[in-house]
Amino acid sequence: MKEYLWVAFFLLVGIAFCLGGFIFNWFIRSNKPSESKLSTYECGEKPVGSAWIQYDVKYYLYGLLFLIFDVEIVFIIPWATIFKGSATVTALFVEMVIFIVILLVGLIYAGKKGALQWR
Amino acid sequence: MELLYNTERLVEIIGDFLQSCKGYGIPEWVLTLGGGVVVAVIIAGFIAVNTLILVLAERKVSAFIQDRLGPMRVGPWGCLQTVADALKLLQKEDITPKKADRLIFFLSPIIVFAPAVMAYVAISWSPKIRVADINLGLLYIFATGSLGTLGIILAGWSSANKWSLLGGMRSAAQIISYEVALILSVIGVIMLSGSLNLENLISCQKDCWYIVYQPLGFLLFLVSAIAETNRAPFDIVEAEQELVGGFHTEYSAMKFAMFFLGEYASVFIASALCATLFLGGWQPVPGLPAVVPPIIWFLAKCYLIVFIIMWIRWTYPRIRVDQLMGFSWKFLIPLGFLNIGLTGFIMAIRG
Repeated sequence: MKEYLWVAFFLLVGIAFCLGGFIFNWFIRSNKPSESKLSTYECGEKPVGSAWIQYDVKYYLYGLLFLIFDVEIVFIIPWATIFKGSATVTALFVEMVIFIVILLVGLIYAGKKGALQWR
Repeated sequence: MELLYNTERLVEIIGDFLQSCKGYGIPEWVLTLGGGVVVAVIIAGFIAVNTLILVLAERKVSAFIQDRLGPMRVGPWGCLQTVADALKLLQKEDITPKKADRLIFFLSPIIVFAPAVMAYVAISWSPKIRVADINLGLLYIFATGSLGTLGIILAGWSSANKWSLLGGMRSAAQIISYEVALILSVIGVIMLSGSLNLENLISCQKDCWYIVYQPLGFLLFLVSAIAETNRAPFDIVEAEQELVGGFHTEYSAMKFAMFFLGEYASVFIASALCATLFLGGWQPVPGLPAVVPPIIWFLAKCYLIVFIIMWIRWTYPRIRVDQLMGFSWKFLIPLGFLNIGLTGFIMAIRG
């Protein structure tokens, strides 16, 4: 448990490092805001419309695929940690081959449906 | 050299000092906090200095690859160039666009940088030098590595700039695609060692480094790690010819600097992980006597990987966004599964 206190502590250290930099910057920076300086950059033109537009559904598709495969990896990692020195290595191996083949069929299906094609 | 050789002793001396302080009636929590602050200052200092060195190294390496001289004016051989850059960034005006979401715009550099610092907790620098012995170290480093993505998406969205939004979204798509390939590439190593603890992983490689057993895994890891840290040839996130600056178009001054500190901190983490998993961590080349201290071995391996990453960056052109996504899903991930299958097959045959 003590190890994870270090994790929490280093989260605070990271935040403190950033805030320290920002505060130091705040003290010595120049500050002369103007209308055009504070406007959104769009190649020197006046910005057209809002930037918060609807974006493409393809990002959502990749998110979905990632979710599926990441959950599969969560299953593979515990299997990998007990693989070495196990008494039933062959059985473990065959099980994982079946699992991975099912996964690969899913990946091929996604490819055939065009989900892996960037449009 | 004597001092370097005694780095390990130095850690022990600090520990002994803290122990002996208990005798003088100083409460325990003060000592714990004091020790923690010392460690934090060392790591934070390392991250800052490491970034300065890596930026200079990057510019010099790129210059030599392109037959130029690189920075030469500031200091001898241009070696103070990045110090000057850092000082300049420190005193720059900090601009927040009027349309931006102020709170998230302010928070996102922190969300990028803080997880990169957190990853340093699990790194094993030498037999005695480490911040904490985290049992699931490997998984933990992957977890912190993917947290930074959140900051990039938020930075892109909160800027209210079309370039930033596109850069942030592309970054998300790219990082989640290569995340799968990255973790798949280390499964072989986990199978060989049966552990997720970085200490155990290193001691398992006493006789033979895992790069010998896992050459395919090493290559997959290197490629995915370069993509994970958003570096060329996989840096469509900040492809300056098409996206201006990508997600950090609207950022300036220290907020901008934090993105770069975070990037170089995670480049170093990726190299350290690569050295730990495949090149035997702080162990010398098998068969060589242990003359050079382990931390020097570790840093040498890390900087070798960093150099390879830079070398790749300045040799290959950036690849197109559709090729990039296809490369991960149609090439790296099937190869990752193949690597697991081969490793398992050979281990099953040999019992």
